[in-house]
Amino acid sequence: MKVKSKKPNLAEGDLTPMIDMTFQLIAFFMVLINFSQTESNERVVLPSSQLVKPPEKPLEFPIILHVAKDGEIILGGDSYTTETLSTGLRRELAVLRAEKKSPKDANVIIRGHQDVAAGQVQEIIRVAQDQQLEQFALRAKEDRS
Amino acid sequence: MRMRHEVEHEKNELNMTSMIDIVFLLLVFFVMTFKIVEMEGDFTVRMPLAGDSNATSDVTDLPLKLRLRADNDGKLTSMSLNEINLGTDFTKLRANVIGLVGTDEPAEEDDGPEIEIDTDYNLRYAYVIQAITSVSGYRDDTDQVVKLIERIKFAKPRR
Repeated sequence: MKVKSKKPNLAEGDLTPMIDMTFQLIAFFMVLINFSQTESNERVVLPSSQLVKPPEKPLEFPIILHVAKDGEIILGGDSYTTETLSTGLRRELAVLRAEKKSPKDANVIIRGHQDVAAGQVQEIIRVAQDQQLEQFALRAKEDRS
Repeated sequence: MRMRHEVEHEKNELNMTSMIDIVFLLLVFFVMTFKIVEMEGDFTVRMPLAGDSNATSDVTDLPLKLRLRADNDGKLTSMSLNEINLGTDFTKLRANVIGLVGTDEPAEEDDGPEIEIDTDYNLRYAYVIQAITSVSGYRDDTDQVVKLIERIKFAKPRR
């Protein structure tokens, strides 16, 4: 006698195309992901310029200053005004000196909001100059239109 | 007697569930962290503190002076380059700069023409960047950047 064990009939879909697609998507997002977003700040909308190009190599010893619309300066997550900025800069320069570099080697990257007063940026440069910093980079976003 | 007529083909199937779980987690992670980053670039401004520079103060080597004036809202009202009034027209500014410095390839980095930007305190920063763009170069028909003035500095802030 033929005994046929009854197995539950599972309807199995073919998962291969789905997995293919999912891996494609993962590869796409992995390639495009940019972890250098620590440089950006959501409070800063950069002015645009047709001439700027992304630098070929990153600037040496960058000190990034975000300047919000109201003139608030953000350096390394702490907020400063032009009067208190020198303490923040001194802290950065102490790190620099520990690496046996002078303030002249540092690059101050100013990421100013497009509507901030220009005089505010000038003040920041003046405060940085007082700390012997002399190389500045005014950051703008690329305008390809 | 028990007879086995059919040899059951045992399928060796991998259990995909856990893999798909992980894969979807990864996918969600990448989708959530994805953000289109705009390309950014810098204008370099080298400004040592006045006084200690060893630059020989040659009278013929005076920087061009660009004055930017603003109204109370921070809007640009007028520009003047070496006392030439330019209104608010940045293409005019560029044409004047080309007229003053020419389109020749600028000499070494420390030796080209220099411009000093003197702006009203409350002028919006975007106008300053626009002015710097106009004086530092332009893109020609082949999309190549033609450089004009590379040495840019700021005058003292006006309060």
